[in-house]
Amino acid sequence: MNINFTLISQAVAFSVFIWFTVKFVWPPLLRAIEERQKTIADGLAAGERGRHELELASQRSSDVLKEAKQRASEIILQAEKRASEIVEESKRTAKEEGDRIILGAKADIEHEVFSAKEALRQHVAELAVAGAAKILRREVDAKAHADMLASIGEDLK
Amino acid sequence: MASDTELTPTSYINHHLTNLTTQVSEGSFWVLHVDTLVTSLILGVISFGFIWLVVRKATPGVPSKRQAFVELAVEFIDNEVKNTFHGNRHVFVAPTALTIFVWVLMMNAMDILPIDIMAWIYEHAFGLHNWRTVPTTDVNTTFALALSIWFLMLYFNVKVKGWGGWMHELFCTPFGKNPLLWVLNLLFNFIEYVSKPLSHSLRLFGNIYAGEIIFLLLGMWAATGVSGAIFGAILGAGWAIFHILIVTLQAFIFMMLTVVYISMAHESH
Repeated sequence: MNINFTLISQAVAFSVFIWFTVKFVWPPLLRAIEERQKTIADGLAAGERGRHELELASQRSSDVLKEAKQRASEIILQAEKRASEIVEESKRTAKEEGDRIILGAKADIEHEVFSAKEALRQHVAELAVAGAAKILRREVDAKAHADMLASIGEDLK
Repeated sequence: MASDTELTPTSYINHHLTNLTTQVSEGSFWVLHVDTLVTSLILGVISFGFIWLVVRKATPGVPSKRQAFVELAVEFIDNEVKNTFHGNRHVFVAPTALTIFVWVLMMNAMDILPIDIMAWIYEHAFGLHNWRTVPTTDVNTTFALALSIWFLMLYFNVKVKGWGGWMHELFCTPFGKNPLLWVLNLLFNFIEYVSKPLSHSLRLFGNIYAGEIIFLLLGMWAATGVSGAIFGAILGAGWAIFHILIVTLQAFIFMMLTVVYISMAHESH
């Protein structure tokens, strides 16, 4: 255990190693580490931002959904109203149409009845004339009594 | 192991604690412990070379396992420095702390290598009779580190506070500005400045040296017979496992003290 020249040689070796580390080892590694730290920090920030945006988007989508639901219920309400209107309208139209048909049918019936009555009257007049002709046979001149026959026919109306 | 001399406990321990020396120049100071220097250089080159190879291909993207390992070490050191040093640590302090931690850790870790097997390898593979594996059991290494840091401390004191500021601090702290207290302050600071490198270096040296001595004692016990060999092996394994903690802890303490000393040089009281 004696101090000698080894001390100086070791001190020189020590300073060389320090110089080497200061110059060639520390800076590049530190650069790499710091760059990576920055990358990681950026990544984390981006993740945070993404999460925030996702939150906003989900909020927006729920808003949109709510609005859409409201719109849909409004539309359904309107449609129901419109449907009941249509039903009412068609009921009314159908009733009018029916009334009109009934009216037409009644007129037809009256007309039929009238023409049947007319035909029947004609027929009865003819039968009456034929009966009278049979009763009076020879005594009745068709020409002479034509006026009378006509008046009878008038009465039968 | 010395096969030509008689094996006694003294010769065994002496053999393991003798450095391979070479005389650089005249005088008792100009002796170089070749084993200490070469081992520490090899360890430094291997560890910083490995780190440099990884760092050279460092990517800011997904790191490879090796890069992740190096980053783990670097971020661990960086965090420790950040908690102590409040300045731009990336310029000098943090890389210096990394250098110290890695290098001292590697040098300490040589203590875990089995001494007698290593001695046999040195003897038969390289023809080296004396070779101490652990550079931090050489007080020259720990003093070299501590004194370098001490000079750095002085340098930063002057650089940050200026000559005037530093002198002011030497004379006026910790007791006060009163001229009557100047001598006391100076004496106090002198003791502090002397004790810092001493405690800094001797703590590391003492812990690792004691660890090695205990390995040697266990090795000697193992030579006494079957029961000695069994207990020596069990206790040796236990001590080696415990030594993993000491090795790491001492490297960490040495690094932390360095950071603290340099931080104190940056901050005025």
